[in-house]
Amino acid sequence: MKVPGLILLFVGWLLVLAALVVLPAAAARDAFILAGLLVELLGLGLLVRAQYDSREVSR
Amino acid sequence: MNPAVQPFDLNYALCCVLVLLIPLALAGVALLNAGLGRVRSAAQAMLGSVLLIAVAAVVYTIIGFSFTGYFGLPQHSILIKGQSFGWLAALPLGLRRWQIQGSPAGLAALFQIFAVGLAVIIPWGAGADRWRLRAGAVSAALFAAITYPLFAHWAWGGGWLTQLGTRFGMGKGFLDAAGAGAIHATGGLTALAIVWLAGSRHGKYHIGHPPSVFPGHNMVYALYGGLLALAGWFGLNGAGAILFGGVTASSIPLIAANTLLAASGAFLATLTVTSLRFGKPDASLCANGWMAGLVTSSAICAWVSPLAALLAGAFIGCAVPPLAELLELYCGADDPTGAITVHAGGGLWGLLALGLLGYTGAPRGGQILAQLVGIATLLGFVLPLTYALNWLIGRFTPHRVAPEGERVGMDMHELGAGAYPEFVIHADDFFLR
Repeated sequence: MKVPGLILLFVGWLLVLAALVVLPAAAARDAFILAGLLVELLGLGLLVRAQYDSREVSR
Repeated sequence: MNPAVQPFDLNYALCCVLVLLIPLALAGVALLNAGLGRVRSAAQAMLGSVLLIAVAAVVYTIIGFSFTGYFGLPQHSILIKGQSFGWLAALPLGLRRWQIQGSPAGLAALFQIFAVGLAVIIPWGAGADRWRLRAGAVSAALFAAITYPLFAHWAWGGGWLTQLGTRFGMGKGFLDAAGAGAIHATGGLTALAIVWLAGSRHGKYHIGHPPSVFPGHNMVYALYGGLLALAGWFGLNGAGAILFGGVTASSIPLIAANTLLAASGAFLATLTVTSLRFGKPDASLCANGWMAGLVTSSAICAWVSPLAALLAGAFIGCAVPPLAELLELYCGADDPTGAITVHAGGGLWGLLALGLLGYTGAPRGGQILAQLVGIATLLGFVLPLTYALNWLIGRFTPHRVAPEGERVGMDMHELGAGAYPEFVIHADDFFLR
């Protein structure tokens, strides 16, 4: 879960970069930038979940 | 944003003075780190802060500034659809005399030597009570050589984030006057990576019970650290806004007022929230609230009204207690000094607040979008990068101290002596059990 979370974070950023470079229309570009941010938040959520599950717990 | 500073003018002279105030911010954060840690790790915490600052200064001078660069200096670019996007500075390794004397680039280099020192002691606080000195020093070296220079070039050195305005019509491009993103968010996200990689302190989490509370050992240090940091922040915000924000010396009164008001708003908000929640104000959270306000001010200080600075500070001040709780309870992040909440939370919020509340002279929608692209870069590039680098460090030199070292305390284990040998507050903090 940690690795997929980190990959999702990075992929979300690539989506933002791609939106800047590929999409000339402002509306589509802005929508894809927001979508990229959402993918990043998903990745962060996965990473948080994975870290929470693997934290050291005392009995 | 082109810098307002030119060699030997008033802006240059004032900037010199302001840059030399920045070490007070480092001293304040180091003191806060020591105060919010446990008594048996206080000396290691302070020694570690000085060590990491020294390592970062050396590495950044030799390698880092060559990758960071400054407006108008050579840089590597990528050509896309006929437009060039700067991604890395192309300066020779090691600061040269021409770079450091009598030029705005020299001032920017000096500013960033201090800035990278400030950034590396942010994760040091988060790893308090279990992060080993050697691993911390290696982590600081990689941060000063790779992580910080990359983002600082993009945001401050004429890189692609600063070109968002001219290339894509996004306001004035990504704005970060004094390092809410480049210093604090990068440092705060590295802190998040460190607490996850090093793990929580022994005894922090229990099955079926809420996490244990390990109170900071000296609230006077923590609060005095915050006050000391205020003086440093005047230098950080003032010099940063002139060097990287394109404002002139005439904006210094506004910047200073906004810095103080953001910190005050945040402190009062945290004090109110903790008073309502616990019945009495919580000193450690109030210190964190004050610091979070300062961090927020680093983004907005030059472009908002004093009232807006107060509001932005109050917002992050209200957010500090629940965010700290969220990280501890639901993210498994044992962060003794609240570094993630303060520096990552405050930094990211400051960048967004600049888009929402700032008057940069550009359309607000475009500016918000530019700020969001910067935030996306911090979360989507800087966090995975710093996590991967620190994971790699952990393969060669473990981040976490041995269980025995954690039991006797970092002072005894790593330094061989306690911080307060003749002034024992808790006997069991110093002696082997």
